[in-house]
Amino acid sequence: MSSYILHRLLLFIPTLFGASILIFVLMRLVPGDIAEILVYQTGSESSTVQKRQIQQIRRELGLDRPVVTQYLDWIGGAVRGDFGQSYVQRRPVIEILKERFPRSMELAALTMLIAMVWAIPLGVISAVRQNGPLDYLARLVSLSGLSLPLFFTGALILYGLVRFFRWLPPLEFVSFTENPVENLKQLIWPALAQAYYISAPITRLTRSQMLEVIRQDYVRTARAKGLAERAVVYRHALRNSLLPVITFIGWWGGRLLGGLVIMEIIFVVPGMGNALIQAVSQRDYPAVQAMIFLMALVFLLVNLAVDLLYAWLDPRIRYA
Amino acid sequence: MRRALAGFITGQPLGAAGALVVLVLILVALLAPALAPHGPKDAAFAPYVAPGREFPMGTDQLGRDLLSRVIWGARLSLYVGVVSVLFGVTLGALWGAVTGYLGGASDTSSQRVVDCLMALPPIILALSLMAALGQSVNNVILALVILLTPTAARTIRSVALGVAATPFIEAAQAAGASQSRIIFRYLIPNCMASYIVLVTTNISYAIVVEASLSFIGAGAPPDEPSWGGMLTAGIQALETAPWMVFFPGLAISLAVFGLNLLGDSIRDLTDPRLRGGLG
Repeated sequence: MSSYILHRLLLFIPTLFGASILIFVLMRLVPGDIAEILVYQTGSESSTVQKRQIQQIRRELGLDRPVVTQYLDWIGGAVRGDFGQSYVQRRPVIEILKERFPRSMELAALTMLIAMVWAIPLGVISAVRQNGPLDYLARLVSLSGLSLPLFFTGALILYGLVRFFRWLPPLEFVSFTENPVENLKQLIWPALAQAYYISAPITRLTRSQMLEVIRQDYVRTARAKGLAERAVVYRHALRNSLLPVITFIGWWGGRLLGGLVIMEIIFVVPGMGNALIQAVSQRDYPAVQAMIFLMALVFLLVNLAVDLLYAWLDPRIRYA
Repeated sequence: MRRALAGFITGQPLGAAGALVVLVLILVALLAPALAPHGPKDAAFAPYVAPGREFPMGTDQLGRDLLSRVIWGARLSLYVGVVSVLFGVTLGALWGAVTGYLGGASDTSSQRVVDCLMALPPIILALSLMAALGQSVNNVILALVILLTPTAARTIRSVALGVAATPFIEAAQAAGASQSRIIFRYLIPNCMASYIVLVTTNISYAIVVEASLSFIGAGAPPDEPSWGGMLTAGIQALETAPWMVFFPGLAISLAVFGLNLLGDSIRDLTDPRLRGGLG
């Protein structure tokens, strides 16, 4: 077990660095930088003056140094929790993260909660009634969730609320600790739409796992010794089917932070996704790099945790 | 042939329905110039005309006929979806199968590259790529290829590892077949079922990502008839012209739904464990 953990940890660190190099290089490939944006915005007249200004801003921000030096400088700060200053907001990036990250995490947690409560029972029903009308209905409902693009579902919810209830979710963000009711009034809608979307693969996986487990000998034994069908399904089959489902949910949970962008835009949630889109368009490298780095870090950490949990729950992995 | 078709329809009614939707989608895409009453970029009419006899789906904010744009949108979506998936999944499949079979340093290093690419949130990776590449339809395809390749490589690698452990590969090795002969004659043909499933399921994914990119303003240029782009314009006029959201939204949902149904039943058919009834 300990060698397995060590192996996983050894993979985690280079992956994070590799991903950070990828982000860094990608952002440097984007045409135009913050210096050009700042200077052309002010609209000074002579182009030589502008060029000199651009050079000066680049020198101040260190953008004139070789990319490798810039990267080493940045990653050196990042591992110590110093992500530098945002070019646009003119404050430490870590402050932006502290403000935005919890909001997106709350939305992600709410989404996962709704998705699990709804998707797993649906998968069980679908499997127990395989090829029956209920199975088809459950598969249709979950597949249609996957087919409606998020921004369409979001727009429909918004339209429905305005048209039929003459009510718009609050556009001003209030934190959960400040006012839980106001907070949920805004966040419940994007969470519902996103949960409907991600519940399809969860339902599908629960279904196929249940179908596999329910054919195993020990389930037949449970039936043969006269257990009620409910007990067979929930106590024997479901418990053993849930392992891959949990892994999958963990994987999705880690992924969700970056996937919430669209919902944050539609429902005006000032989370990380919204901030990231803005930072990309303003070429605010430190902010973009820090946010994508954080998203990758969360994804990898969740994956690591899920893998370790899996190994702990299933001895076959540990000794393989 | 006819009996096989009848068997598919009765055995996989949802899949057959999906196939029908996909067929209609392909026809609409192919016949777009003949079907659309107006050009997709002709801003020749009054803006925000509600759906009626003249414009069955109404007009948009620039006075373009929405029906024509939705029809041409089928062509764009299908083009982006099919081309990006064929390139991305094929590239990834070859990469995964070959490095997986050869093993050693090439396998380890390529798996680490896949790890790094998959650590980044897909939509964010696509957004950054589009910012670097510039907005055009072909760059959307390029971004999608970069998105799809690593996942395909990972999936097909694990399939290839399973195939590589089977006795007939061992027999080929014992008979002295060359590496390339084993890979291209025995290994890859036996990964085809998973490859086909990956292709069908990923086309709908690619279509949704294309639309999502348009939605965050990083997709095809705004005048292109992209369903995602139309929907985005519609959301900005949600109260005055809700039809601008409904019709493109319906089109994309229907297309993706059909592709998903088809992909799902192909997955079921290729996975023998899911056939048959309960214990």
